Amino acid sequence: MTTETKTATPEKGISRRTLLKTGAAAVGAIAGSGAITGFPTIWAQNPITLRQFGTGVSNINAIAEKCKEDLGITLEMTATDSDAAAQRAVTQPDSYDIADIEYWIAKKVFPSGVMQPMDVSKIKYYDKIVPLFIDGKLKPESVVAQGTAPHTVGFVEAQDSKSFAKAPTQWMTLIPTIYNADTLGIRPDLVGREITTWADIMDPAFKGKTAILNIPSIGIMDAAMIMEAMGNIKYADKGNMTTDEIDQTIDFLIKAKQDGQFRAFWKSFDESVNLMASGEVVIQSMWSPAVAAVRSKGIACKYQPLKEGYRAWGGGLGLAAHLQGAQLDAAYEYINWYLSGWVGAYLNRQGYYSAAMETAKAHMSEDEWGFWVEGKPAKGDILSPEGKVMEKAGAVRDGGSFEERMGKVACWNSVMDEDRYMVRRWNEFIAA
Amino acid sequence: MTAVATSGEIKAGKASRGLAAPSWLAAWLQATPLLLILGFFFILPILTIIVVSFWDYDFAGLYPDFLTMNYADTLGSWVTWKTYLNTLKFTAITWALTLFIGFWVAYFLAFHIRTTTMQMVLFLVCTVPFLTSNIIRMISWIPVLGRNGLVNSTLIEVGIIPQPIEWLLYSDFAVVLAMVHLNTLFMVTPIFNTLMRIDRSLIEAARDCGASGWQVLWNVILPLAKPGMAIGSIFVVTLVMADFSTVQVMSGGQSASVALMMKNQMSLLQYPAAAANAVVLLVVVLLMVAAILRVVDIRKEL
Repeated sequence: MTTETKTATPEKGISRRTLLKTGAAAVGAIAGSGAITGFPTIWAQNPITLRQFGTGVSNINAIAEKCKEDLGITLEMTATDSDAAAQRAVTQPDSYDIADIEYWIAKKVFPSGVMQPMDVSKIKYYDKIVPLFIDGKLKPESVVAQGTAPHTVGFVEAQDSKSFAKAPTQWMTLIPTIYNADTLGIRPDLVGREITTWADIMDPAFKGKTAILNIPSIGIMDAAMIMEAMGNIKYADKGNMTTDEIDQTIDFLIKAKQDGQFRAFWKSFDESVNLMASGEVVIQSMWSPAVAAVRSKGIACKYQPLKEGYRAWGGGLGLAAHLQGAQLDAAYEYINWYLSGWVGAYLNRQGYYSAAMETAKAHMSEDEWGFWVEGKPAKGDILSPEGKVMEKAGAVRDGGSFEERMGKVACWNSVMDEDRYMVRRWNEFIAA
Repeated sequence: MTAVATSGEIKAGKASRGLAAPSWLAAWLQATPLLLILGFFFILPILTIIVVSFWDYDFAGLYPDFLTMNYADTLGSWVTWKTYLNTLKFTAITWALTLFIGFWVAYFLAFHIRTTTMQMVLFLVCTVPFLTSNIIRMISWIPVLGRNGLVNSTLIEVGIIPQPIEWLLYSDFAVVLAMVHLNTLFMVTPIFNTLMRIDRSLIEAARDCGASGWQVLWNVILPLAKPGMAIGSIFVVTLVMADFSTVQVMSGGQSASVALMMKNQMSLLQYPAAAANAVVLLVVVLLMVAAILRVVDIRKEL
């Protein structure tokens, strides 16, 4: 979580774009030309620029380049960390047209009235959006997860309403972009036994060989998963603890720290990679790209599915309140393009999930779809969107298919009502 | 032509008389550049920090106000006290070790190396590590001290220890080691400088009066080296008190320092709380510097 801010404007990056195309063509999935048709070309005659800022897809220049190519809309992207994104969304509403924010940020931002909901009748692929974002259930029999589940902040009552609707309405707050399910990473060669539950991180056998992440809002959720798995407590809602629940969780963490259970607390992506790769830590909270980074060094690392389920996170695109006229039309155009498949395939290939799986499928090879989404063994090498080999033939994705992974979400990243109290107690834990 | 020249002369004469009249003007003009630089880059930012430390805030922004809440929160929490204690502990240990090592390195350079050329060469050798950034120098300890690092794997292979030593990395030991490594040169330089200025005839005189080697060191060299030691101490104390990266990296996030606490608050956009913390830290560090200057009068003994 750096505070670094970078701005990227798509240019005529011919070589890069060609490279991307080649990469995509290599896996035999470039059906892009088919998808472009059907979009009006008015933006080429009347150039439109949309300013997008945020945490997730705003980091991906390839999307801005492809958007320019397909729609003629220039996307000016600015990437920030999540706290800065929340602040900017509320305090500088005129500085952006499209906000790329996480769902828990939307919970803070939308009630302040700086954004406008989207009319679902104008969203061409609304029916294709994964039901997780509509009613919170991946399949009709799924259980709704705790925390700030996207569907709880996904709709508002009316076009000018600031309060979230309990059931889907015509007015959607965010169009989901990237989402994923997080769990613990392990070194299968060093743990020496089966890891099946979040409680295993507290096993005395791993004393001094575990780590959790030192980002309060996410760390507390991992701690909650551990506490509940150990049977110490049953939270009413892990994503919105009472002060008493926060106290119990932090006291437990402090005791574990003083007993020497943890080797380190990491803050940044590369720290988590180094801890794992050097063998300092054998089991820890981790993000999926970090697991891939450890593996790319030739070191065994597994993103271990656990019986209690995953901690999920997700982000989406929302429209600023000031958008109107041609710019608003362009924003809808952009969002429809976004859901039409190319972007979805790109994100799926990065190991995330896209909002409209069905449309993304048309842009992926059968082998890619099988590996990333269906949990089947790869038939050939699996390449990242940049063309780097991510997995060799025969590999199976940790946790299996999309339905197995996203169907077992136990809680979503969230913002608590007692947020400030939680952060204060978390600082005590780190100082203890 | 003549008219022009005359008027030019008159002007010049007037001007020189005008300049000469207020004698304070030249002094002020000379002081202006420093005043501007200090004003814009030092006094103004500090005033801003002090002002902001009294403001109110929530996740969305800062609200001008006059609240002592931030100070009450900072000073009223045991976390702050414990963190200050921890930081002071690191400062005291690092200060003692850098002073000890720094003095002997400087002593060796000043009194045991005969030629000035060699002295300068060896002094430059001391600065070689500073050609890389201090983050790199710090991080390079990790593969050395780690569980499967150089030290542990060597000791195990030689058969001295059966299991890796865990406290080498991600511990207070690692933090102090890195801090001493990073800061010793700040001690060596000023002490070396003062030792070089000591009049050698003083030492000869002491010997002629029958002083032993230790007596010379204790009664002549050490008192004369005090200003250098004081300047070095100021460098080390202020650097260690304000450190956040060394503590974070070398303790693996297990230990806290005052600056790290501020960084946490800033990353959560709690700027007023961080500003209050900064003001408290500034006061503490200034008191420490004042204490050092009270013990040693740098100007008098230079």
